[in-house]
Amino acid sequence: MMYALLCYHSEDVVCSWSKEQDAAVIAKLAAVQEKLAKAGKLGPVVRLMPTTAATTLRKDREPPLVIDGPFAETKEQLLGFYLVDCASLDEALEIARDLGRANPGGAYEIRPVTSFEPGNTAA
Amino acid sequence: MTELAWIDAAISAARPRALAALLRYFRDLDIAEEAVQDACLKALSTWPKNGPPRDPEAWLIMVGRNVAIDATRRRRKQEPLPPEDAISDLEDAETALAERLDDAHYRDDILRLLFICCHPELPATQQIALALRVVSGLTVPEIARAFLVSESAMEQRITRAKRRVAEARVPFEAPGASERAERIAAVAAVIYLIFNEGYSASGGEMHVRAALCEEAIRLARLLLRFFPAEPEIMGLAALLMLQHARTPARLDADGAIVLLEDQDRGLWGRTMIAEGLALLDKAMRHRSPGPYQVQAAIAALHARATRPEDTDWAQIDALYATLEQMQPSPVITLNRAVAVSKARGAAAALDMIEPLAEQLGGYFYFFGVKGGLLLQLGRAEEARAAFDQAIARANTAAEAVHIRMQIDRLIRENDPARTGVGRDNSSEA
Repeated sequence: MMYALLCYHSEDVVCSWSKEQDAAVIAKLAAVQEKLAKAGKLGPVVRLMPTTAATTLRKDREPPLVIDGPFAETKEQLLGFYLVDCASLDEALEIARDLGRANPGGAYEIRPVTSFEPGNTAA
Repeated sequence: MTELAWIDAAISAARPRALAALLRYFRDLDIAEEAVQDACLKALSTWPKNGPPRDPEAWLIMVGRNVAIDATRRRRKQEPLPPEDAISDLEDAETALAERLDDAHYRDDILRLLFICCHPELPATQQIALALRVVSGLTVPEIARAFLVSESAMEQRITRAKRRVAEARVPFEAPGASERAERIAAVAAVIYLIFNEGYSASGGEMHVRAALCEEAIRLARLLLRFFPAEPEIMGLAALLMLQHARTPARLDADGAIVLLEDQDRGLWGRTMIAEGLALLDKAMRHRSPGPYQVQAAIAALHARATRPEDTDWAQIDALYATLEQMQPSPVITLNRAVAVSKARGAAAALDMIEPLAEQLGGYFYFFGVKGGLLLQLGRAEEARAAFDQAIARANTAAEAVHIRMQIDRLIRENDPARTGVGRDNSSEA
């Protein structure tokens, strides 16, 4: 069984870390990740940019509505995610609209990725 | 960094939050400012002896609070006590007030302080001057230099602003949503100026005060969370990040200025650049350009160029032309001239800046650019004269050293081939 670990923390705190503090946390995490990678258990590791860089596509209406800012509703739950490689936010939104046509309702929050490690699981 | 320089940096970094906390506590700008001032003086006398505290901000707040309470008690002893019922009324009013001030909408003492400084009853120039004095703790001479006005004029401006704030009892009200929207442009301008002061200090020993830059970026991010759909706020945040990303490469090991074209681009903060580019991308979708977005677009062109020779100077020239139309200013024309010199040659650039001499006659950067252009044109003697004028107007030791190096080079080589004198960002304000 694959498990996704979704990381939550206070943006205020993490964004105010100095470069050294940030690097120290990342180094400690890397040690744990290395262990997992050696065991062939580590899938992709992704760090997202802050929510200020987020855009939300509400696909519960036609045409879908693009909103600046993160997904803010609490009545919907996180059910999955995609990673797409795009040249611009417009391209990412186009993909989200395509997906939305296939499965209307709810929303996609589009967040740029700041770092990506592909991982090494076979699955 | 020497110990004194470290203490100076620690105080600069901790001061805004200490002041904001003390203002919330005393709800009087003058008392709060005086308290911070006293606490900073105490810090300067005790920290070198006892070593710096683990939390400079908490130290300044605690010491400032105690000093101000002592002073208030001393004053109160000389005045008769108010009647009993007045005191209890006051307490009730204050509780409600504190709750309003603590409104979660504000999230942050400093951002609230900024919105207070940007009260619409104050003219824009006073808002910004007051915020720089109160929020960022810049000295009056530093602010005067940032505005290109005399110290006495700036002193007056700030005093007047404070009086008006006191008369309007501004510190006691927490602006609502619609007022916040009205003040957003002023708040953005202040954040921009705080950043600029950190990016290229207008005085003192340190040419770059990274703590001020980081504070400005933090405030811009906060502002963006209040107003997530404002393209100019996205542009502002993007601009600050793209500029600040270059900080590790802007000074060499001896603290000397490294020009943009000589910087080791491998030292640029790629994560911050990526975030700045993402925010700019998001802003541009709105098709509603403004000065911050245009400046961010210029910074983005630098960030995207892997080598200096890959820089799209023609596009930068065009963006500066747009910026000139949006907010005409001799400083922007001067920056444009640097792009013009790369895209169309030094002669065209020199023609462009000649008419600015009168307005920018007190400006270090003007003579630095002029000297550089004259040097490119092989007019060594005139270049030398311009550099001499630049040195006389240098604001920081690093600026003076930088120009001195150009002059030495001029004497040594007497060779017009090498170019580029001015601020290290050499193409933007």
